[in-house]
Amino acid sequence: MDSIQSLIKDLADEYGRRRESLLPILQGVVERENYLSEYSMIEIAREVDIPASEVYGTATFYSFLETKPTGKYIIRVCKTITCAMKGKTQMMFAIQDMLKIKLGETTPDNRFSLLESNCLGWCHKAPAMLINNEVYTELTPEKVRDILSGYMKQNGQI
Amino acid sequence: MANSHQLKRVDFIFRNDNDWEKILSNTIKKKPQELINELMSSELKGRGGAGFPTGLKWKYTAEEKSDQKYVICNADEGEPGTFKDREILSKVPYKVLTAMAVCGYITGATEGFIYLRGEYKFLEPELNKAINEFEYYCKDIKLDFKINIFMGSGAYICGEETALMESMEGRRGEPRNKPPFPTQKGYLGKPTVINNVETLVHTFTIFKFGAKKFYDLGVQYSRGTKLFSVSGDTPKPGIFELELGMSLQDFVYEFGDGDTKSVQVGGASGFLVPRKSFKDAAIGFKGKLSGISLPTGGSMMLFNSSRSMYNVLDNYLEFFREESCGQCTPCRVGCQQLLLGIKAVKRGEKPASYLDKLIRLTETMQLTAKCGLGQSVANSFSSIVENFREEMIY
Repeated sequence: MDSIQSLIKDLADEYGRRRESLLPILQGVVERENYLSEYSMIEIAREVDIPASEVYGTATFYSFLETKPTGKYIIRVCKTITCAMKGKTQMMFAIQDMLKIKLGETTPDNRFSLLESNCLGWCHKAPAMLINNEVYTELTPEKVRDILSGYMKQNGQI
Repeated sequence: MANSHQLKRVDFIFRNDNDWEKILSNTIKKKPQELINELMSSELKGRGGAGFPTGLKWKYTAEEKSDQKYVICNADEGEPGTFKDREILSKVPYKVLTAMAVCGYITGATEGFIYLRGEYKFLEPELNKAINEFEYYCKDIKLDFKINIFMGSGAYICGEETALMESMEGRRGEPRNKPPFPTQKGYLGKPTVINNVETLVHTFTIFKFGAKKFYDLGVQYSRGTKLFSVSGDTPKPGIFELELGMSLQDFVYEFGDGDTKSVQVGGASGFLVPRKSFKDAAIGFKGKLSGISLPTGGSMMLFNSSRSMYNVLDNYLEFFREESCGQCTPCRVGCQQLLLGIKAVKRGEKPASYLDKLIRLTETMQLTAKCGLGQSVANSFSSIVENFREEMIY
């Protein structure tokens, strides 16, 4: 059994093998693998005993269940109205500049992916972004650069 | 002006008296029917935006016969401009849990879920701690009720109650046809009460202080208080508990930056009110007051005169186009065409009269879309286009 198979088996042991267990299992795989490969989805289908097309159909519905390879840290910048009004664009430039990637891309070392997201629920402290599950609010280009260099140092870059 | 300045601040929701154990054990000594009557006489309506009477919802579920029933707390707070539920769950989670358990006691449900949006995953560890302590106390007082967190994964539409249940059942979050309503056939086909986070906390207030105290606040048809999420061009962004029924003019006096051009009430799916209508608009449910009454899930976004209303509408439509679940054609294609349409008018590729065609399209969506998402696009679209037509064209 390879590592993905055993991860999926562990998740199924924890959440069950019913249809209701599907989302928690998908989330568990994304949490560890950063995304759902075709292989993982086929394995999940086998484990839960439903058609792989159903797994794929469900997974692709949800914006937080990535089905393309992503970096270890997924940056989701809120693009909804208040964040857009309060300097999201400048902040986005700062991120792109620092990571040398464009929106939707992943750094060559597979550490960072840059995405946009709809309302994150921090409009009173706009602009906001998520890095994986961590929230960062009232951002400015300077603040963004500090935060990102913190993540880079953690990973032995710079 | 001093006279009309009548925003009434209230402090129920975030007041933390730490007495939930007492409230819970006292409340479940009363008869279910008595508690339902209490809720009904408070006239509490759902605080997620739709405004269904909460007492009635609990009553219908209690009347259903079933071996299993569920209570779901809807914490999939995705409407642009609202962030109150997050604050409730991080500051007073015990009130929510207590309300869920009381609901379980009244309706006969022994299992509850909190559907927490993926964006709020950072709340999960603390919330789980609270749940553990809460369940421990439930065992102590021999109340059979357990609560689990179910994480969402970034889909606005899952805030719609039946889409949320589909999602919990491991499917795409596509809304179901109603009827049957969740009170009859909800999660896993069993009778289910599903309430917004804030609604549940209001029931806590009612069980603690009695229906009268709640009913005495607000105005006719819109009783009690409401949490407002205030953002945009305001010197005071944040979360405020206010009495329902206030005029928008008073709200703007309090929260505006002196140059407020318009206020979006109820998020992207709500209405935009231009300055000239502030004095005629009141915040509350339909069926009272003179002028316009605006129901809201609490999202209040202020725009000052530096903002282009075209950009605002463009942003909303992009939001709806992405978040439409794609199941029904009016919403899926409608949202796309509305966005393409206003862009074409802006670029001069379509005449200004094309905007009227687009408004007719939103009317069609309102009539034919399956759920609230597609139906409510008309609200913001027509209120923005009708009031700021010149900004759409030039």
